[in-house]
Amino acid sequence: MHVAENHILEKAILDMGIQTLIWQVTKKAFTGGIIGLTISDRFCSVVPVRGDSMSPTFNPQRDSYLDDYVLVDKFCLKDYKFARGDVVVFSSPSHYKERYIKRIVGIPGEWISSTEDVIRVPEGHCWVEGDNKASSLDSRTFGPIPLGLIQGRVTRVVWPPQRLRKLGG
Amino acid sequence: MRWLRYLNQWRGTAKEAFDQVSIVAKFLCLLHVTDRYIISSTHVQGPSMLPTLNLTGDVILAEHVSHRFGKIGLGDVVLVRSPTDPMKMVTKRVLGLEGHRLSFFADPLVGDDSVNVVGDNVHASTDSRNFGPVPYDLIEGKALLRVWPLRCFGSLR
Repeated sequence: MHVAENHILEKAILDMGIQTLIWQVTKKAFTGGIIGLTISDRFCSVVPVRGDSMSPTFNPQRDSYLDDYVLVDKFCLKDYKFARGDVVVFSSPSHYKERYIKRIVGIPGEWISSTEDVIRVPEGHCWVEGDNKASSLDSRTFGPIPLGLIQGRVTRVVWPPQRLRKLGG
Repeated sequence: MRWLRYLNQWRGTAKEAFDQVSIVAKFLCLLHVTDRYIISSTHVQGPSMLPTLNLTGDVILAEHVSHRFGKIGLGDVVLVRSPTDPMKMVTKRVLGLEGHRLSFFADPLVGDDSVNVVGDNVHASTDSRNFGPVPYDLIEGKALLRVWPLRCFGSLR
């Protein structure tokens, strides 16, 4: 009788230990997630570059298992002050779930010469183009984009290690 | 041997200070996540949404969940980042939806996630009639209810 009771008691204590363990782990994961999300929103984040529309700046070779990973700075979103030559990450104006990485080649008030005519970049917008003009879906297709769509500015390449570098300008 | 005691004391204080700072930091992060992803309060003012919103300024609660799931519909009052000035947030009503969220089989190249937003006070509002349809991703929240002034507390209609 006493042995059976002891077993039940031990099992109860063990169960409680595992429960508190799971609770502790969940709490730590939740806190870590919230801190990570805040850092990623306000400080910087690392994103992979897909495709070759920014070749040779990113992904100079076509093999996709060596995609570049870049550091995206979020401090620039405090005042949305961008300059010509900045490489930015922005949400697509036509497919809201997709993000593109392109270079700003026109700031508000400037004139951009496209295939047939000359277009003025409106206030609050910018003209973006990929470095690899032959294979890039950019402002030449969807027009100037509102600066509000920009999610961050690319400052460095952080992976693979042999391509580590700071973007100029 | 006295300096060893001071070192230990300093270490204890430093650990206490670090613990307090980390509590504050975690709280600020929670505040940021709630404000950006769940619910936030905004002070809105201006004549463009009369008579729904007052001229002298209201405080409304806006939720940031619906727009991430594409659940913004016609007639919703939304917080939009202005396409003419990215530092400004404007409050307008959705009066038109374009793009592949409406039609299930749209050609992805033709897809155009744009929204027409118009202020309720059509005589004093700069909106999609001036700057055209805005890309869906400029929508940052949907108005939930008004909390100030207290006599107008409740949903916006």
